[in-house]
Amino acid sequence: MTKEMICISCPIGCHIEVTRNQDEITVRGNKCSRGEIYGKEELLSPKRVVTATCPADSILMARIPVKTTRPIGKELINSLLEDLYKTRVQAPVQCGAVIMENYAGTGVDVVVTKSLSS
Amino acid sequence: MSNLFDVAVIGAGVTGAAIARKLSSYNLKTVLLEKECDVSFGVSKANSGIIHGGFHHDSSMLKSRLEARGNLMYDQLKEELHFPFKRCGILVAAFSTDEMRTVEKLYNNGLENKSIGIELCNHERMLNLEPKLNTDVTGGLFAPGGGIIEPYRFVFSLVESARKNGVELLTEFKVTGSRSNDESYTVESADGRQIEARWIVNAAGLYCDEISRIFDAEEYEIKPRKGEEFLLDRNASAHTDKVIFPAPSKHSKGMLVIPTAEGTTMVGPTAQMVDNKESSSTSKENFQTIFASARRLIPQVSERDIITSFTGSRPTLAGDDFYIEPSKRIPRFIHVAGIQSPGLTAAPAIAEYVKDLLKTEGLQLAEKADYDPCIEKVPRFRNLSKEELAELVEENPAYGELVCRCENVTEAEIVAAIRKDHITLDGIKFYTRAMMGRCQGGFCTHKIMKIICRETGLSMDEITKRGGGSWLVHKEVGDYPLRSRNLDGERQQP
Amino acid sequence: MKEITKDVVVIGGGSAGMAAAGEVVGKGHSVVLLEREEILGGILNQCIHNGFGLHRFKEELTGPEYAERYARIIEESQVEYYTGTTVSEIDSREDGKTVFAFSSEHGMLRINCRAVVLAMGCRERNRGNIGTPGTRPAGVYTAGLAQRLVNMEGLMPGSKCVIVGSGDIGLIMARRMSWAGAEVKGVVEIQPYPAGLTRNIVQCLNDFDIPLHLSHVVSKIYGKDRVEGVDITPLKNGMEVTEETFHVECDTLLLSVGLVPENEIARNTGIKINPETNGPLVDSNLMTSVEGIFACGNVLHVHDLVDYVSEESQRCGEFVSTYLKAGDREQQYSMVSGSNLKYVIPNRFSSGRDNHFYMRSLIVRNHAELVFSLDGNEVKRKKIRHIQPSEMISFTLKKEELADFNLDEQSRLEVSLIG
Repeated sequence: MTKEMICISCPIGCHIEVTRNQDEITVRGNKCSRGEIYGKEELLSPKRVVTATCPADSILMARIPVKTTRPIGKELINSLLEDLYKTRVQAPVQCGAVIMENYAGTGVDVVVTKSLSS
Repeated sequence: MSNLFDVAVIGAGVTGAAIARKLSSYNLKTVLLEKECDVSFGVSKANSGIIHGGFHHDSSMLKSRLEARGNLMYDQLKEELHFPFKRCGILVAAFSTDEMRTVEKLYNNGLENKSIGIELCNHERMLNLEPKLNTDVTGGLFAPGGGIIEPYRFVFSLVESARKNGVELLTEFKVTGSRSNDESYTVESADGRQIEARWIVNAAGLYCDEISRIFDAEEYEIKPRKGEEFLLDRNASAHTDKVIFPAPSKHSKGMLVIPTAEGTTMVGPTAQMVDNKESSSTSKENFQTIFASARRLIPQVSERDIITSFTGSRPTLAGDDFYIEPSKRIPRFIHVAGIQSPGLTAAPAIAEYVKDLLKTEGLQLAEKADYDPCIEKVPRFRNLSKEELAELVEENPAYGELVCRCENVTEAEIVAAIRKDHITLDGIKFYTRAMMGRCQGGFCTHKIMKIICRETGLSMDEITKRGGGSWLVHKEVGDYPLRSRNLDGERQQP
Repeated sequence: MKEITKDVVVIGGGSAGMAAAGEVVGKGHSVVLLEREEILGGILNQCIHNGFGLHRFKEELTGPEYAERYARIIEESQVEYYTGTTVSEIDSREDGKTVFAFSSEHGMLRINCRAVVLAMGCRERNRGNIGTPGTRPAGVYTAGLAQRLVNMEGLMPGSKCVIVGSGDIGLIMARRMSWAGAEVKGVVEIQPYPAGLTRNIVQCLNDFDIPLHLSHVVSKIYGKDRVEGVDITPLKNGMEVTEETFHVECDTLLLSVGLVPENEIARNTGIKINPETNGPLVDSNLMTSVEGIFACGNVLHVHDLVDYVSEESQRCGEFVSTYLKAGDREQQYSMVSGSNLKYVIPNRFSSGRDNHFYMRSLIVRNHAELVFSLDGNEVKRKKIRHIQPSEMISFTLKKEELADFNLDEQSRLEVSLIG
C-alpha cells in the first residue's frame, strides 16, 4: 500500500511517498530524515491537535475555545467534537482548566484556552 | 380596524412613496402595498441617484415636463425629509463634432424645459468646471441645476413622512388577486391578506403590467432594461465634483461617472434589455465596457478602487414616455407605469400630477389640518463636528459606539433604522450606510445582527439580508452530526 | 468628555498594539491603549486554532492563549487601556498630537500625547475587490467574518460551502466548517500555487479530502435570495477556459482573497502610503512620514505569523522610547526592494546599528539567495532553503556588515532574491 503526502516538518513541504510492505515502511521523496519520521507516523497512526468551542454559560461570550493537550488519533476526532459541542462550560473559568480528562483512554485532556470571568 | 381604504397605492418605490406621501396631506385613508419586506427594495434601490438637469428630452414628452418640475421641488423636500442631496451640477462631455451636435440638441431641450443656468461649454470651460475630465474633451454642456441624492434614503423618508401622516404600510403584500363591486376593490395578497380600497394607484414599477392584468385593466408590457454599476472607494482619485455624462446614444444616456451624495464614486450603468424582471446578475463583459467608457470621461477611474457592484432594472414601456393615466376600462384606477429615468427626479411632480388626476376623476380631496411635512432628523456621526458629537454622546451613549468603522456608523443610528422598521441587513445598510463601505460588512455584520436580535426579539436564524430566503445563518455549531461520518466518510487505516 | 495627557497613544489592542504598549511602558513612559472591541486581543480571539507562538514562546498556542499572555502583561502594567473605544481622528501638530476617540462609556476622549503608534491591523479583501460576476445573494462571507460567527457566536453560516482563495484564514475555515459538520466542496485559487502555509494545506484540506483547484476562478455566483451554486473555471495562461467550466452546488461562499492594512486613519492624517503594502511608508525606526507617528504589525504590512507581529511591534516600542528621549535623529538612508521581492519593510535604514528587515517574495523556489547591495556593491549574501510568497522573510543586517562602507545622502541599499 502506498500513500502520497506532503511533509510538513518544515516549510519546503516535500511531496513524499510512503509505502508499506508487511512490516517494512519505506519513505521516498523526502529531503531530510524528518520526512521519514513524519511519513511513518502519518501512515501508522496519524494524530492531530483538536481545537473547538464549547457552549459557555456566560453573558460575555456564547462560546469558549478549547483544545486537546496533545494530538489525538484522527479516528477519534469526530466523536470528541460531538462530545465537546454538548459540554457546557460554566464561568468563571481560567485558561488551562481541564474540562475533559483522559479522553477515551488516550491520556489526552481537553483544556479551556481562554479565561472567562463571571 | 376597518379594512376599507380610500386609496391603495401598489408599490413602495419612489413613485408610490411620493404619491402616498402626497395623499397623506389630505383627509384620506391611504394604504401603501409593497411585495418586498421593506420599501425601496425594487427599482428604486439600484439606481444612479441622479436628479436630472432637464435636458434629455424635449418638452413634448410628459416625462420631460415632470422632470423639470420635480427637479425644482427637491430643495424643499430636503428641508422636510433630511435625505442626502447635493445640487452638484451635471456635465455632458463631447469628444467629437458629431457628439457636440448631439450636445447642442440637449442644450436646446434644456432651454425649452427652462433648465436653470444651462450653458454650452468649450474645451477650456469644461476642464475648468471639472479638471479631472479627459483633456481630449471637445466641449459640452453644463447644467448647474442637476444633482445627486441617495435614492433609498429619499424613499425611506417619503414613507416615514407618509406613515407619520396616517398612511398604512403593508409590506410582503404581494398583490395576486382583485375583486370589485360598484364601490370598491378587494385586493388580495399572496399570503391571504386582503384589503379593500375605493381607488387604486398602480405604481408597481417592473410589475405594473401584471397588476394591470390582475385588475383587468389595460394590457401592456413592461420590459426590464438592466443596468449594472460599480461603486468605488471614497478615496478613489476618480472622484469628481460633478456628475459626468457622455453624449447620449439613441437608447441610453450612456455610462456616467457619478460622485455620490455620500462621497463615494459610482460608474455605470449599462443598458441591456433582458427577459427576466428579477435578473440581477453581473457579468465580466459589462465590467470591461463600463470601465472603458468611464475612463474615456475620467481617465483616473480605476478597477483597483471597486468596493462593490450592483444591478437594477428600468421598467420600460413602448413609446418611451411615462404612462400616467386613469384606466379607460375600469373605474377609479390610475396607471403610473413606465417610470424609468428620469423617474426619480420626476417622482415628486408625478405625485402632484396623480393627485390632480384623482381629483379630476372624482376623488374628494380636503386638506388635512394637522398635516406635518417634516420628519425627525436622525443625527449621523459622520456629519457632525467633534464638539457636537461630544454633546450627543452625553445624551445618548449609543452614539459613542461605532459599529461600522468604514462609514462611521454608530449603534444609535442602527437602532434608529430598526425602530423605523428596517430590520434586514440591506434595510439597515440603506438607512445607515453600515456595511456599505470598503470592508462591506466584514467587521460589523455580526454586531448588527446582534443589535437586530436585541431590538426586535428575532433569533439569529430569522434575520435575513433582504427578506425571503436570504437567511444568514441557520444552525448552531454542534447541530450537524459528525460521529456517523467515522463509518463511511473517513478512510480507515488497514 | 474625558481629557487625558500621556507620552504615547497606541491605537489598537491586538497583538501589535499590546506588544508595542508593553514595551513603551516598560521603558518608563506613560501609555494609553485604545481598543475598539470589548476585549483586548484583536483578531487572535477568533483564531481558536493552534500554531501561534512557536518563535515567540517556543510552544504551540491557540490564538486566544497567545492573546491572553499579552493581555495579562497589559492588565498588570501601568498601561491605561480603554476597550470599546474607536479613534476618529489624529490631530498632528509640531508641538504634539491629539487623538480623538469615542466610546459609549466615556463619550469623547481627547488624548494629548507626544507620540502615536498605529496598530489597527488589517481587513479582508471582499467580493467587490475581486469582481466576481453573478447575482448578489446572501451567503457570501469573508472567511474572517465566517470565523467570527462560528468561533465566537457559535453560528453556522451555511452547510455546503465553496472557499475562494487559499489564504490561511480560508484554509483554517475549511477545517473549521468540516469539524462543525458542514460540507466543504472545494477551495478555488487563482494562482498556480497555494497562498497559505503548506501545513494548512495538509491539515485543513488533505485531511478532509477537500479538493484544491489551483489556477481556477469562481466565474459566476448563482442564487437570488441565498447562494445556490457557483461556476468554477480553469485558467490557462491567465485566460479563462470557459468550455471547461464546471458547476458546484453550495449555499455559502467564503472569500479568503487577501488582507489589506487598515490605513484610513493614516491617510486622513496625511501619512504617505506605500503602494506595495498599502500600509504607511516607514523609516528605519518604523516612523511614518509624519513625525512622531509610528506603525507596526498588520497595519504596516500583512504578516503571516503573529510572532513576527509581536517582534516588530516590540521593536517599534523601543524606537518610540528612543524618540521620546529626544536624541538627535540619526541619519537615514534609502532602502529598496530589488528583483523577485514584492516589498521590503522598513523603507529606510540606519548605519550605526543593526537593521531588521521583513520582505515578501514574489516567487516560489527552493534554495534561493538573499542579496544586499549598497550602491551596487554587495554587502551581504544569505542562502535560504525555501521561499514562497506566503512566507515572509525576516532578516537582520548586522551593524558590522555595513561598517566598511561609506555612506552619503544618496546611498541606497537594495535587497534582491536570486532564485
